[in-house]
Amino acid sequence: MLTIFNLHARVDEKEILKGLNLKIKAGEVHAIMGPNGSGKSTLAGVIAGRDAFDVTEGDVLFEGKDLLDMDAEVRAREGVFLAFQHPIEIPGVSNMYFLRAAVNAVRKHRGQEELDGGKFLKLVKEKMKVLHMSDDLLKRPVNEGFSGGEKKRNEIFQMAVLEPKLCVLDETDSGLDIDALRTVAEGVNAMRSKERAILVITHHQRLLDHLVPDFVHVLLDGRIVKSGGKELALELEKKGYEEFACQPVAV
Amino acid sequence: MTEYDTMTALLEDKDIYLSSFAAREKKWKASDPTWLAKLRQAAIDRFAALGFPTLDDEEWRSTPLTALTRIPFQLATGPVQEPPTEATLPLTVTGKDWTQLLFVNGQFVRLLPSTAELASGAVVGSLAQALRNGPAALKDHLGRHADCEDNAFIALNTAFLDDGAAVQLPKNCVNPQPIHLIFLSVPGSEPTACHPRNLIVLEANSQATVVESYLTAGEGDSFTNAVTEVVLGEGACLDYYKVQRESQEAFHVHTLQVQQARSSQFSSHSFTFGGRLSRSDSNAVLDGEGCECTLNGLYLGGGEQLIDNHTRIDHAKPHCASHELYKGILDGKAHGIFNGKIHVHPDAQKTDAKQTNQTLLLSEDAIINTKPQLEIYADDVKCTHGATVGQLDALALFYLRSRGLGLAEARALLVYAFANDIIGRVKIESLRTELEQLLRLPVGSAGDERRA
Repeated sequence: MLTIFNLHARVDEKEILKGLNLKIKAGEVHAIMGPNGSGKSTLAGVIAGRDAFDVTEGDVLFEGKDLLDMDAEVRAREGVFLAFQHPIEIPGVSNMYFLRAAVNAVRKHRGQEELDGGKFLKLVKEKMKVLHMSDDLLKRPVNEGFSGGEKKRNEIFQMAVLEPKLCVLDETDSGLDIDALRTVAEGVNAMRSKERAILVITHHQRLLDHLVPDFVHVLLDGRIVKSGGKELALELEKKGYEEFACQPVAV
Repeated sequence: MTEYDTMTALLEDKDIYLSSFAAREKKWKASDPTWLAKLRQAAIDRFAALGFPTLDDEEWRSTPLTALTRIPFQLATGPVQEPPTEATLPLTVTGKDWTQLLFVNGQFVRLLPSTAELASGAVVGSLAQALRNGPAALKDHLGRHADCEDNAFIALNTAFLDDGAAVQLPKNCVNPQPIHLIFLSVPGSEPTACHPRNLIVLEANSQATVVESYLTAGEGDSFTNAVTEVVLGEGACLDYYKVQRESQEAFHVHTLQVQQARSSQFSSHSFTFGGRLSRSDSNAVLDGEGCECTLNGLYLGGGEQLIDNHTRIDHAKPHCASHELYKGILDGKAHGIFNGKIHVHPDAQKTDAKQTNQTLLLSEDAIINTKPQLEIYADDVKCTHGATVGQLDALALFYLRSRGLGLAEARALLVYAFANDIIGRVKIESLRTELEQLLRLPVGSAGDERRA
């Protein structure tokens, strides 16, 4: 579903990603772990299409199409979703209004009819149960005044409603207490399917207790230095990242 | 142009109004009371002495008036040939359950059909008729609050004081439905000026909602120079709204002068969408303890529009609160000006004043001049002010786009969100809905639709 080949990217003239390779197939859950500054969020931003990140070399293919050639909104409509590490507050726009505009933009792109208020509400109510979202949260302005946990749940809720093909979770576990973490993980687990791929970016292993990955990759200094199964996460937790720092680049 | 030429040009600009006055005065003399004639004469004398302000004038330093003063505006006289009917009115702000008065070029035309009934004792109608029928109460207030001394436009309006709206509520009178004053400019073959004058008097503990709408029908240069005087008795409460949607050829100057007695409440929401040049002065004097005054505004400018909002709040007595929030969205080469003065007099201890101006610039050529002016002569007060100028947040745009919204849609949503902060404060639901619809049009490019 997603193929990243020799990806180099800069932020403010500084090279962050230095030749990253990654392949993700439908139905798989991958975890990328790495310390602060290793390039995790840059990778997430590049996949979602953030302008501030400048790709200088390499290719990213999504279902065989050149992802880098698409605007952020086209990527979203094609089925790429990024759960933000720091979800943005948008005062003055209700969560509900925002989400309906998003759902209909995606549906229109896929040639589906747009949802009216009633049908949209029905769709939303189902997803809300899974994530223990209150009605109140829907009426409130997007993320404004939300607690850290509410913001992250809201991201997963949006993801559930938009039903993307590729879900990228950028440090969705940061700032969550154990209960919120479990709720979020349940929400993501409910979305696991043969047709969908999930990329979890984190620097702790604890989310992976609840959201068990098929593959774990270690990201250091802009490159994936080791890949393995779920047991790699535990090894990392025990030994720390330093262990991997001097190892040759995994090819 | 040499300095001498400029002087001559200015003198000539003024002369058109002086000769208009001389012509009108003869007609007025026969019917109007002496006090009114004196008021007009004093005002035209003051205007003759002041002339139009220039950029040297502190209150006008960012607002060039040459485009206005160069045009030989003729005073609109009498009703237009074909007054608009309901069907042709360029109005979407219609409240069928409001009391609605239609004015064309400053002259009262008629009441529009409505289901609204006025509260017992409330008098709402044409100022010209009120002046003829019994000016006793009017005389106490008319021209007593809007001061000609330093303001050429108030002087000009007072010199041509003739018609407009008169709203009077007796003590303890609560008028249930909004009163809508619709001012329609209909430019003639020659540039047309009018000077509507409104007087709103709410006696003790009375309550009302007044909406002023300014619109244009047809093409041509027009100049509306309106003055609204508001007098609130003890404990009176007025919700005031102004919606300016004149054409892109229109010059619009408006002064709102509010006088508040003890424990009265005044709130104003001013929406500026139209006009080539729009200058709005909103002034309130909090002249009794426990007054509350809210001045909020929203201005949307595109093209080469100039939108100038000046506010002045005089805290004359202790224990009063004022709140001010003006928000602007400027695109194209639009130029916005916000000047907010808060004057706390020596007696006015425990004053609580807050002023905020926020502007969103959507293009590189749009300009905002924002200036808070706090003059505080009491020592136990709380006064805060803040001004922000910014562009659409890049990260917020990315967030919306990452959910599938196109760039244009994402921008429109953020603009809407920014402005909705003010529109959300409008208490009349139908007006709020109407304003929300206007807001959904693209800024600048749809200026004409936004105007009438």
